[in-house]
Amino acid sequence: MIETEGLTKDFGDFRAVDGLTIKVEPGTVLALLGPNGAGKTTTVRMLTSILRPTAGRATVAGYDVTTQPVEVRAHVGVLTEHHGLYLRMRALDYLDFFGRIYHIPDELRRRRAVELMHRFGLGDSVNRRLGEYSKGMRQKLALVRALLHDPPVLLLDEPTSAMDPGSARQVRDAIQELRRDERTIIITTHNLVEAQELSDEIAIISHGRIIAHGTFRELSERLLGPPLMELRVRGQVNGVAQELSDLVEVVSEDTDRIRYVTVEPERVNPLVIRRLIGLGVDVVTLSEVPQSLEDVYLRVVEGDEKGEVAGEFEREVA
Amino acid sequence: MWLRGMRKVRLPVNLNVKSLRSSLQSARASLGNALIVTRREVSDSLRDWRILSPIIIMTLIFPALAQLAADKFMAFVQGHGARLIGERTIPFLLMVVGFFPISISMVIALETFVGEKERRSLEPLLATPLTNTELYIGKTLAAMIPPLVASYSGMAVYLVGLRFGELRWWPGTELLVQIVLLTTAQALVMVSAAVVISSQTTSVRAANLLASFIVVPAALLVQLESVIMFFAAYDALWSIFVGLLVAAVLLVRMGAHIFNREELLGRELDVINVAWAWEIFWGHFRGEGRFDLWGWWRREVLGAAGKLWKPAIAIVLCLIAGFGVGWSYAQDPAFHIPLDEMDTDTWLDNFVMVYELAGGGSSLIPLIIWQNLRVLLVGLVLAVFTFGVGAAVIVMAPLMILGFILAQFVNTGVSPVIFLAAVLPHSVIEIPAAVIASAAALRLGAVLIRPPRGQTVGEAWLVALAETLQVWIGLVLPMLMVSAMIEAWITPRVVMIALGG
Repeated sequence: MIETEGLTKDFGDFRAVDGLTIKVEPGTVLALLGPNGAGKTTTVRMLTSILRPTAGRATVAGYDVTTQPVEVRAHVGVLTEHHGLYLRMRALDYLDFFGRIYHIPDELRRRRAVELMHRFGLGDSVNRRLGEYSKGMRQKLALVRALLHDPPVLLLDEPTSAMDPGSARQVRDAIQELRRDERTIIITTHNLVEAQELSDEIAIISHGRIIAHGTFRELSERLLGPPLMELRVRGQVNGVAQELSDLVEVVSEDTDRIRYVTVEPERVNPLVIRRLIGLGVDVVTLSEVPQSLEDVYLRVVEGDEKGEVAGEFEREVA
Repeated sequence: MWLRGMRKVRLPVNLNVKSLRSSLQSARASLGNALIVTRREVSDSLRDWRILSPIIIMTLIFPALAQLAADKFMAFVQGHGARLIGERTIPFLLMVVGFFPISISMVIALETFVGEKERRSLEPLLATPLTNTELYIGKTLAAMIPPLVASYSGMAVYLVGLRFGELRWWPGTELLVQIVLLTTAQALVMVSAAVVISSQTTSVRAANLLASFIVVPAALLVQLESVIMFFAAYDALWSIFVGLLVAAVLLVRMGAHIFNREELLGRELDVINVAWAWEIFWGHFRGEGRFDLWGWWRREVLGAAGKLWKPAIAIVLCLIAGFGVGWSYAQDPAFHIPLDEMDTDTWLDNFVMVYELAGGGSSLIPLIIWQNLRVLLVGLVLAVFTFGVGAAVIVMAPLMILGFILAQFVNTGVSPVIFLAAVLPHSVIEIPAAVIASAAALRLGAVLIRPPRGQTVGEAWLVALAETLQVWIGLVLPMLMVSAMIEAWITPRVVMIALGG
């Protein structure tokens, strides 16, 4: 579990993180999104007790980041923005070094390192020097390092940024598995498709403040309005829009399809279909038009830059 | 989870057996953690040919060359009847053979501290449960062990060569111990200084540039040691060893304090932020709110002076110690001054002559102020480079002289009234002014070792500088002016009265 309250960090006059309040339950993945310099890395560093908060408080795995830094770091697995591997070392020696720091017993340390390397497709490279690893392999090894001590909390900065699609899939599957295993996970990423796929909750941070926080559906509804439905009929839709005007708000009309929005799709959609059948219109499909996290993100960040949505979301977050 | 041995090191507060045992266990666990880092760093250094090859050369080849040079040099000087010069040179070469490898320790230290920061491999390490102290000790040991092993091995190669070569020379045990200890202390000073430099830079290039602040004094020290060894004043080497130990302790303390996660990751670029520095300095110097001189003096100057009570106590103790040292020197018959052979007229004539030579009266005032200010300024500048020690040493000197002279009066049975009349009237103000000025200087130097929590070294130093100037301008300078006036106008009259003139 991760819990923060009014977490703030100043570097001199510059406020990098400003009153961050979040709660991430075990078995939950929170995607921390935001433009470069928004305060994501500083937040992760505070949650790892690497940086001391200027104000506010945070607990990670039940330990206070200010007063129990050693315990916090012992319970957190961190994938840092820069993987920072020791390139002259061999992979197993490298993991052995970190395993010793976490006081993992000798036999278990080696077994777990080999298991994790096999799991991430590095089984053939256990004895290679890290300087010979490709960028993606280095990233996977850094992830293995983060998982080596079996931490209940994971803070992953761009977990798949340098990986090929196959490796990225492997890592995403591993994250899903870790979530099922009741780990608390925060990922910071610019890959919005990945964030949408992996996360249970999304927090968008800008200028050190959370400007939007919730599930994707909540954010999508809040920012992009009610779900947009698309209805396709056989033949032409002449006059249909008018017949539905008391049920839904039609936003566009084409030859054989209309688009409408409704705040209660579960109640309204069956009524729409029933009415159309009553009118003798053959319904071919009725589906929700997919909205992407990218739309939500851009709406929030651009709105924040223009000073449009920040106030609204700050109130909601509070 | 594997949390064995992850407790923080805490100094024993309750000296009962249980807490002592617990502290020892904790310290042992911490040392174990530090050694994990040391092992990795040492093996990593030994994989780097740029570090390994000079170590091999300086361990095996250079000592052999030094031994050859010693043989040839000895034969040459003996041929000219100057065997003594040869005998004094052989131990110096032993020290040089030991010193060259330890100079690599600084390179390793810069590489292991700032190099890792530059390669961004430090953050994963900072995200582990290792404490700042464990990381610091682990890395410091890693920087010291290979060069020290090379240094000891090089000296062994040199000595074995001399012992079983033509010269059949072997140093005395004390000299050997001195050289080994000096070499070790120099390594510790260089490494700890390199850590301090590393913490203030983000690139190896910048660190190497700053490293001249270590290399130049170290080279000068070796030259001083060579002179001392040439004159066979081997006892003086102990003083240098003690001085190096003090410097090492101060630097290690400073390094341990500034080697922390916050400092390491808070600094992004090696740029001088003049505007920021000025803002910090001026903000603290001027104080907040609307400026009025009386308010500034009451609030800021007295406030800054109030923070000086601890360093002021330290300075007062140093003054007492200085006085004591002067007094004890006066007990040595070699320094005896026959004051009892002078009559009152001689005293009076001498005093009038000195007074008139100096210009007398008002013209003395600026001279006295400048003299006192100059001494205190030297102490202030020295304090910055000696973590405050310089300020205390400088201010001790006048008190040593006072102690020495007063003891001469007492020893010769001459009434010290004349002396006290010549010193006390203006000293009542001058000495407190010197104590305040030196206390501020001591704090300005010492703040580098241990800046207040929440402040970086630079920020803490700028604040201390602002407060030092407040105190100097608001208190010390006016006090020196008053004491100079007393010294020029009142003290001479008091002396004349004491002399019956």
